[in-house]
Amino acid sequence: MMSNPGNRVTQGQFSFLPDLTDTQISAQIKYALKNNWAVSVEYTDDPHPRNTYWEMFGNPMFDLRDPAGILLEVNSCRKTYPDMYIRVTAFDSTKGWEAPRMSFIVNRPPSEPGFRLLRQERSGRSQGYSIVPYATDKPEGERR
Amino acid sequence: MLEMSNTMVLDDGELVNLQAEFEASNIDEVIEKLDRELIGLRPIKTRIREIAALLLVDRLRRKFGISSGTPTLHMNFTGNPGTGKTTVALRMAEILHRLGYIREGHLVSVTRDDLVGQYVGHTAPKTREVIKRAMGGVLFIDEAYYLYKPENERDYGQEAIEILLQYMENNRDDLVVILAGYKNKMDKFFDSNPGMRSRIAHHLDFPDYSPAELKSIAEIMLADQNYRLSEEAAATLEEYITLRMRLPHFSNARSIRNALDRARLRQANRLFAERSEKLTRTDLVTIEAADIRGSRVFVEGRLDGEPASGTTAV
Repeated sequence: MMSNPGNRVTQGQFSFLPDLTDTQISAQIKYALKNNWAVSVEYTDDPHPRNTYWEMFGNPMFDLRDPAGILLEVNSCRKTYPDMYIRVTAFDSTKGWEAPRMSFIVNRPPSEPGFRLLRQERSGRSQGYSIVPYATDKPEGERR
Repeated sequence: MLEMSNTMVLDDGELVNLQAEFEASNIDEVIEKLDRELIGLRPIKTRIREIAALLLVDRLRRKFGISSGTPTLHMNFTGNPGTGKTTVALRMAEILHRLGYIREGHLVSVTRDDLVGQYVGHTAPKTREVIKRAMGGVLFIDEAYYLYKPENERDYGQEAIEILLQYMENNRDDLVVILAGYKNKMDKFFDSNPGMRSRIAHHLDFPDYSPAELKSIAEIMLADQNYRLSEEAAATLEEYITLRMRLPHFSNARSIRNALDRARLRQANRLFAERSEKLTRTDLVTIEAADIRGSRVFVEGRLDGEPASGTTAV
């Protein structure tokens, strides 16, 4: 991908920036907690942009006042899945929103091979395009 | 939280002002409030002052780049019922917050039920959940001795204690744990959990209140609810306190609060009985001697709300 020389997946907030430090992550979580959003930690090994629902690491955390507890979960998730994508999401349950208000990646696999472009011949010489992450070439469970 | 907020390290020769630091922390305001609103409790107040002084001096030391490690502030409150353990714990959260020792200054109050699960593998996540909620503040465990039940070897309380210990040690910057309970039961608890005892730096024993202190407490309680005692009633209350202290199940300030609640009932009843008369504001806020004397403590030397032969606690 010529437009993305580092070959880094860019999803959610801050993904064009260098990886956030723990202090920076804490500051972001602090903002979410200040707004009474439920923060949760999620992980996946499939970086496809349409892969919306990642696996949850533990329950979403309600009633927290301080980011230290969430950072603790982030770190234990990093320890369990060091070579997967891990993100922190903040869900706003206020009526009218009921949607994630924040989502950012806090851990990436050491190498991100990127995506394969698939071209599909369709009737009338038209072309369909799709992308497949190289990371999912092997069946689930044999990937690492 | 205890990381250096001011990265500039002062030279050895420079002077710092303890008084200015003291005023900047607003801690005197909290301690004054403590003195005003909490009657008695000398040893507790002294210890709080000592802790406040330590944290202030620590802050100044850090300005010179002298590190001394985070002091352990886990505490254990022992004392009879109604001696103000919970109230002081609440205040402690505020004080530690003002001193910048904890980040948020909230108090999470839990008992055994909130920490210990019901089946295998349930306890650890439950305890961790509570600890995460308390981070940045104070975790107050009431009746902490219930966590350990030696008579049942399959009890999951031990697991909760171990997780607590682990976080008390590794996350000292994030969490202050305060245990509370009755003296003898807590002693037994610590005897069987020596690891717990050594991780708690401050063991505070709450003394019982004297009759004079109880009377001051009653006056504060009434003032909070916009009531006042007539002169005669004040004398009767003193008499009541002396009598009540001799009866079983006396639980210090809590017994006084219950007595006052019942006096309010009797006052309302008395006003209702005389409803033909026009009432003034003074009538509505004044508790008369008769309202207190109506207690069965006076008549039969028995507790209110207790059947003639019963022994229920009030």
